[in-house]
Amino acid sequence: MKQRIPLLVFLAVLALGPQLLPEFYITLLNYIGLYSIVALGLVLLTGVGGLTSFGQAAFVGLGAYATGYLTTAHELSPWLGLLAGLGVTAAVALVLGFLTLRLSGHYLPLGTIAWGISLYFLFGNLEFLGGHTGLTGIPVLEFFGLKLSTGREFYYLIWVVLLGAVLATQNLLDSREGRAIRALKGGGLMAESMGVDTARTKTIIFLIAALFACVSGWLYAHLQRFVNPTPFGLHIGIEYLFMAVVGGAAHVWGALVGAGVLTILKQWLQDILPKIFGQSGNFEVIFFGIMLILVLQRARDGLWPWLVRLVPVKAKQQRTVAETEPLPCRQMPAAGTVLLEVKDARKQFGGLVANDNMSLTVKAGEVMALIGPNGAGKSTMFNCISGVDTLTSGEIRFLGERTETLVSREMARRGMGRTFQHVRLLPTMSVLENVAIGAHLRGAKGVLSSSLHLERAEEARLLSEARRQLERVGLGEHLFDEAGSLPLGQQRILEIARALCVDPCLLLLDEPAAGLRYLEKQALAELLRKLRAQGMGILLVEHDMDFVMGLADRVVVMEFGEKISEGLPEEVQKDPIVLEAYLGGVE
Amino acid sequence: MDLQIALLLGQDGIVNGAIYALLALALVLVFAVTRVIFIPQGEFVAYGALTLAAFQAGKTPGTLWLLLGAGALVALIDTVMALRAGSMGRLKRIALWDLALPAAIAGLVLWLEPGRLPLWAQVTLALAIVIPLGPLIYRLAYQPLAEASVLVLLIVSVAVHLTLVGLGLLFFGAEGSRTTPFSEAQFNLGMLTVNGQTLWVLGASVVLIVGLYLFFGRTLYGKALRATAINRVGARLMGISTTMAGKLSFTLAAGIGALSGILIAPITTVYYDTGFLVGLKGFVAAIIAGLVSYPLAAAGAILVGLLEAFSSFWASAFKEVIVFTLIIPVLVWRSLTSHHVEEEE
Repeated sequence: MKQRIPLLVFLAVLALGPQLLPEFYITLLNYIGLYSIVALGLVLLTGVGGLTSFGQAAFVGLGAYATGYLTTAHELSPWLGLLAGLGVTAAVALVLGFLTLRLSGHYLPLGTIAWGISLYFLFGNLEFLGGHTGLTGIPVLEFFGLKLSTGREFYYLIWVVLLGAVLATQNLLDSREGRAIRALKGGGLMAESMGVDTARTKTIIFLIAALFACVSGWLYAHLQRFVNPTPFGLHIGIEYLFMAVVGGAAHVWGALVGAGVLTILKQWLQDILPKIFGQSGNFEVIFFGIMLILVLQRARDGLWPWLVRLVPVKAKQQRTVAETEPLPCRQMPAAGTVLLEVKDARKQFGGLVANDNMSLTVKAGEVMALIGPNGAGKSTMFNCISGVDTLTSGEIRFLGERTETLVSREMARRGMGRTFQHVRLLPTMSVLENVAIGAHLRGAKGVLSSSLHLERAEEARLLSEARRQLERVGLGEHLFDEAGSLPLGQQRILEIARALCVDPCLLLLDEPAAGLRYLEKQALAELLRKLRAQGMGILLVEHDMDFVMGLADRVVVMEFGEKISEGLPEEVQKDPIVLEAYLGGVE
Repeated sequence: MDLQIALLLGQDGIVNGAIYALLALALVLVFAVTRVIFIPQGEFVAYGALTLAAFQAGKTPGTLWLLLGAGALVALIDTVMALRAGSMGRLKRIALWDLALPAAIAGLVLWLEPGRLPLWAQVTLALAIVIPLGPLIYRLAYQPLAEASVLVLLIVSVAVHLTLVGLGLLFFGAEGSRTTPFSEAQFNLGMLTVNGQTLWVLGASVVLIVGLYLFFGRTLYGKALRATAINRVGARLMGISTTMAGKLSFTLAAGIGALSGILIAPITTVYYDTGFLVGLKGFVAAIIAGLVSYPLAAAGAILVGLLEAFSSFWASAFKEVIVFTLIIPVLVWRSLTSHHVEEEE
């Protein structure tokens, strides 16, 4: 309960505000609330998701103009205006997202700059929207006969909407979809390999941010009761982004802090700067610009983490995972079934042939080792099999199905789990959550139920599965540690647990024993033997020959992108071609 | 529309397109070398034009104070860092580049009263004030964040843009200015009248583009920039300082921007915030080129210029909308042709 005190104090002050404060402060708080709603969307988009939009003001404009136009020209209900605004905003956001989100990260912000400018000029030049003078006479909102005609009355609506949005965002981030969102920044490739559709996830957060902005615009129109293009220009869109960054782009409450600080600062600077400079104009942008540069250089996480340190209450940390009924598992293929078949695979990067004439098979219930000197093309082969890369020519069959054109998340769906040669995990997330990303495809609840936390039963089962796999690989004591704090060897083991969460029938392990100590290696070998006994097929790339030869059922040796030998471990060890590749020829 | 109007619009379009082409080249250059999406490019256009206009109005341009201030600030920061690192050798360079050079330029401007000088001298002085701002801004805003993600650098760019626009308003006021043309000559080619200034713009653009081509192809510094663009770590291992590369590319970008502004100032009225839209149109051209190809960027720029000229005739209120929606088909094409999942940083 103790950790809730600051929140309760904050809520009490908010609730009492309109009873005590003069009109000026109410207006200020109303605007802070409206801006916070927009900034909150940007926290999700920029701070958490690593994407950026400078065009949020244009979405606010869509919300405001939709209701403004429908309620004045057609005298429709403001609620229809809200629906129409949300519909138009969603359509625009989906189109923009479709256009830019598949491209590298800077196309979305550039696209939103162009969109922000275009919409601003459209608002100003369309006759039926009143041109640059705008629309007047927008009706007041009514709730069950209660008219919200003053700022004091409107205040409660704004802040209820804002706090609702904060709560929903917080809930969303703490869920299966939330983990996928948090994986976008720095873990896109990994998340795809665990079955996350990152393009869809990016579109979702862009959509949510746009819809938040639209709601803010709807509220603005009915609070102000007139709209013109000025507050929806690109510069205001940039200010929204500043709010999110200054407040602390990775924290939901940072949106409120940023909106508050910037709104008050702007008010103050607009008062004093014209007096100092002796002329009128928007000189506050000079200070905003410098402030933002300093924040990014000196305190990239914004003001919120710094504020939190001032409050002597530690955040509560989850320390238990509920015991639940395990998730359903797939039917394992019978031992000896061919899981994976690669035939005449060739992969070319420009003029470099990384793989050529490669063929191999992996059966259920066996460990197949792929070995070879550095640069032999083992990891390229791995990436082609797991759908991260596509073959130039050749055939890959997984469970009998041709898969060489499928992307990695489709391979995960079909039952392939993998680890990475260079560890790919989210260092600031807990070990448990990192592993739970692997179980992404085993849950089905979407964004809406996540934001309302209606998916707690499923979430508990996912986390419980993650814990089960972590205990299986021997990391049961580290569930709540930050993943980045583990030594490298254990991070590799974490990746195995994550791959097991996919519920695979074929496991691809890229140098799992690198960085492990002797006893840990033995434990790993023991685990892989157990998995093999349960019918799992394992394709292993490894340099530690003792580890490989003691474990593998069959071995394929690669050099210069081609297979030079294949057979039982003891056969391969005696093969003169292999000896030459590893030890150099005997003159 | 008859042929004469079409020719006139075409001429307009090509002149503007040439300017957009220069800016697009600078944007591609800066992005390739430093990964900075250089939104403030347009401010250099406005600063160049308005500094020249201030000379012609007999005023001392505010950009001069910005140059002195930024130089002093960089000198202060670098001196503190040099003292902390205990390397006294750097102090001489700091004094020379960040203090003596701006002071010399300032002294020259205040002593010469540029309003009475011939045009070429005014242009030279204006460039001398605006170009050093490029590397100084790189030092202050971007260098401490050189290893940050493209996204963070983009946000910094937007912040720098805002700061410079605000300062532009402070220095030059809200009124626009025009400068005297480089040449009053007029040529009649059949139905078409070509102004001397048009030829100046086209000629200067061609000279600059050829100059850049030679710089990148033939000089050691040009090759160092190309190496940095291709592989930063590799370039550093070969002894190329990425800080030097950053400053050099910003110097070039500032020079191109300021010169573009000076070239268009006799044709259009330039306001303190004009540069932003001009720069963004350069961006549209650069995006058409995917922020990598120089020839494509130049071609895109001409397309943008022509589209703008003709849409200002048919639907002048919507000309900005039309120009900026031009990037949509480009983005569609790009997103349909790229398939891989990109790993950021």
